[in-house]
Amino acid sequence: MDITFDHVSFAYQAGTPFAGDGLKDISTTIKGGDYTAIIGHTGSGKSTLLQHLNALLKPTSGTVTIGDRQITPETNNKNLKPLRQKVGMVFQFAENQLFEQTVERDIAFGPMNFGVPEKDAKALAAQMVKLVGLPDDILQQSPFDLSGGQMRRVAIAGVLAMQPEILVLDEPTAGLDPAGRLEMMTMFKKLHDEQGLTIVLVTHQMDDVADYADRVLVMEHGALVRQGTPREIFADPDWLRQKQLGLPKTTAFAERLQKLGFTFDQMPLTASELADDLMPQIGGGDLG
Amino acid sequence: MDKLILGRYIPGDSMVHRLDPRTKLMASFYYIAIIFLANNWQSYLLMFVATMVMIMLSKVKLSFFLRGVRPMIWLIMFTVALQIFFTKGGHTYWSWGWLAITQFGLTNGAFIFMRFVLIIFISTLLTLTTQPLSLADAVESLLKPLRVIHVPVTELALVLQIALRFVPTLMDQTTKIMNAQRARGVDFGTGNLFQQMKAVVPLLIPLFVDSFGIAEDLATAMDARGYQGGDNRTKYRVLKYHRSDVTAAVVMAALTGLLVFLRA
Repeated sequence: MDITFDHVSFAYQAGTPFAGDGLKDISTTIKGGDYTAIIGHTGSGKSTLLQHLNALLKPTSGTVTIGDRQITPETNNKNLKPLRQKVGMVFQFAENQLFEQTVERDIAFGPMNFGVPEKDAKALAAQMVKLVGLPDDILQQSPFDLSGGQMRRVAIAGVLAMQPEILVLDEPTAGLDPAGRLEMMTMFKKLHDEQGLTIVLVTHQMDDVADYADRVLVMEHGALVRQGTPREIFADPDWLRQKQLGLPKTTAFAERLQKLGFTFDQMPLTASELADDLMPQIGGGDLG
Repeated sequence: MDKLILGRYIPGDSMVHRLDPRTKLMASFYYIAIIFLANNWQSYLLMFVATMVMIMLSKVKLSFFLRGVRPMIWLIMFTVALQIFFTKGGHTYWSWGWLAITQFGLTNGAFIFMRFVLIIFISTLLTLTTQPLSLADAVESLLKPLRVIHVPVTELALVLQIALRFVPTLMDQTTKIMNAQRARGVDFGTGNLFQQMKAVVPLLIPLFVDSFGIAEDLATAMDARGYQGGDNRTKYRVLKYHRSDVTAAVVMAALTGLLVFLRA
């Protein structure tokens, strides 16, 4: 399922004296099966863009095509449910959305809203809890007794339980410890590789972009200023710095090595790429 | 919710913006009180002109004030209609059973309309030109005399200030949680009354839980910064009357005098 933006603009509080720009003339396509990362400075419109992916916001002008549904400024708010089921959204600090008495019921809440019978929804909940790496006995606990990290996992499980085709993640690992972060990101990668889930990730972690994404969208002041593969985007460090964005740690390190006389055909994005490039230059043998 | 103008603050640097918040608060209440003194065309005209001058001095666009009236327009129209149809006296222009449009009815309706609009204009002017926190300061300062009868004024002011500070935060949080639940398939504002009430649960519970969390964190942070409550604290924002505040008081007094002179 592709998502296509055709000259989409969005203004907050349109028609009032407080109107503010959200998005400016965005045209792009998020291909089904891709792992897309959206980066940009705080307030660049990333989250606003995300909310267009399942019609939580409708464009002020232009068209968003999600699968076979067209969302225009005139689209009314009815019959959006099938769409919302296909596009699962994990919001920033998703733990704030928990409300049920037990973890099981909270995870089952999403599927049941989309018409899954209670029994099946509960079976899904048990399955999802395992998927996000929580123990089985957590199902009957209150979500409010859990730690922050566990609550985040339950919230993510609640979205995954809807069995979306597209998973939209707004800084899913913000505030998690390094081990938790790696576990989460690995899980998303696995879902993408094994189940062919389309993933759209908003993040400030350039390492995650380099490690996982197939495609990167760079936003600034509500406009899409560049799109391409991570390699294309990170090939221009000065431009990124000018947009107040950084490089992945590996690339930044390689850039410093370059100034010391090392040469790279193309900037390495991951540690193993860097190692491969360096070995011949420091006179070492082939690692293989 | 976005379209509500009353209660918003628009940053600016006009004469009205610079007035002491206590002056603005008292003057607004006083002004609303003296609007009720007006009872004929001349006095209403005077109040109208005075209000317009104040709005011009604030350098805020008139359209903001008109928008402030909009959410109230049905209430105003309803009241005006009642006045027109049920006031007897003077020349009768039209009548049907116990309904009648009379001369007195029309003038009364017009007066009520003016009264509503002026009151809304002046309260909009107050909130558009005064920061909520300054208003809270003003309330604290004006309530101080009540300490004599053991009203915990500083605590009340603290509660008011914290509440005002967190209104936008909680509004943001509400929108976020609503969106998160909509993404999970909740339909807000559709279906029958029972369904609509049920849809609010996934919004209200996280919001309450979040508020408890905020309260706990805030209390801890205040404790850690040495807050002990009570009256023995100094103030960072010290309110001070200036010459313009005296002018405002004089203008209010002059208006009252003129009104008393003009009213029938």
